[in-house]
Amino acid sequence: MKFGVIIFPGSNCDEDMIYVLSHTLQQNVVKLWHKSQDLQNCDCIVLPGGFSYGDYLRSGAIARFSPIMQEVIQFAQRGGYVFGICNGFQILTEAGLLPGVLLHNQQRKFICKNVYIKAVHNKSVFSQKFHLNQAYKVPIAHSEGNYYAPAHVLEEMQANGQILFQYCNANAEVTQEANPNGSLLNIAGICNKQGNVFGMMPHPERAASNILRNTDGLTFFESILQIAYA
Amino acid sequence: MKFIAEIDIMPLKELLDPQGKAIKLGLQNLGITQVEEVRMGKHISLTLEAETEAEARQKVETACKKLLANLIVEDFSYTIASV
Repeated sequence: MKFGVIIFPGSNCDEDMIYVLSHTLQQNVVKLWHKSQDLQNCDCIVLPGGFSYGDYLRSGAIARFSPIMQEVIQFAQRGGYVFGICNGFQILTEAGLLPGVLLHNQQRKFICKNVYIKAVHNKSVFSQKFHLNQAYKVPIAHSEGNYYAPAHVLEEMQANGQILFQYCNANAEVTQEANPNGSLLNIAGICNKQGNVFGMMPHPERAASNILRNTDGLTFFESILQIAYA
Repeated sequence: MKFIAEIDIMPLKELLDPQGKAIKLGLQNLGITQVEEVRMGKHISLTLEAETEAEARQKVETACKKLLANLIVEDFSYTIASV
């Protein structure tokens, strides 16, 4: 598969993502500068984590108007696969490609730690290799990861199976204590109605190498690679 | 003509405002305990060129709706004056 990792001014997880995709998974990866308007025929576009435009105004709000994002929006509307991690998730919500918004963490702290997530179902491209009722350890590192959407939007998302990952404890139980940031329904990752755009706050690219002693995040990438065999 | 728009962006009333809560705590520590509620938003000042005030208003509305405020969680208000 050919992946395009978009680099905004202030992106800082781009190299980690590129390393996992190209080195660990042996995929074709190109870097896409935010001022470019050419997606270079990629099969999947990746918005990495970081602090695009210094998180000024709101996280992701300014990056959303970068020239390349107009191409990404059209690509997604044509059914192209797009996923965003952390700041990438924030940009996708600001761009209107994913519902809802990521508010400041309830306790107003930057949280950097390992958390557990579980797949709500594995019928999505982005969760298909996950075992149900299993907790996966993946780190988070954010100030604005508190997922919010109005009640009627949440209901629609639930009905459409758009909630893909929830924060849970080590026993894969979705509890209040396991919610690190105040997200509604412990939401850690969601997709759009069509199922081709996905965003999550945890960083699977930071948990996908033996040298880091945690490869739980690989399951996410293994899910996406199934696209190539579909 | 040149106009200045003074824009206030505030979190929606029904949402928890953790910044406001933290400020309230700070005020209590300062000894100002009579404060019932604190809500914090942003103030943005725009200087812009437009033929008429109506055109300036239209530009400010578009700026607020598309970029300056996220209407899922914030609302905005503004005043506009020619300079």
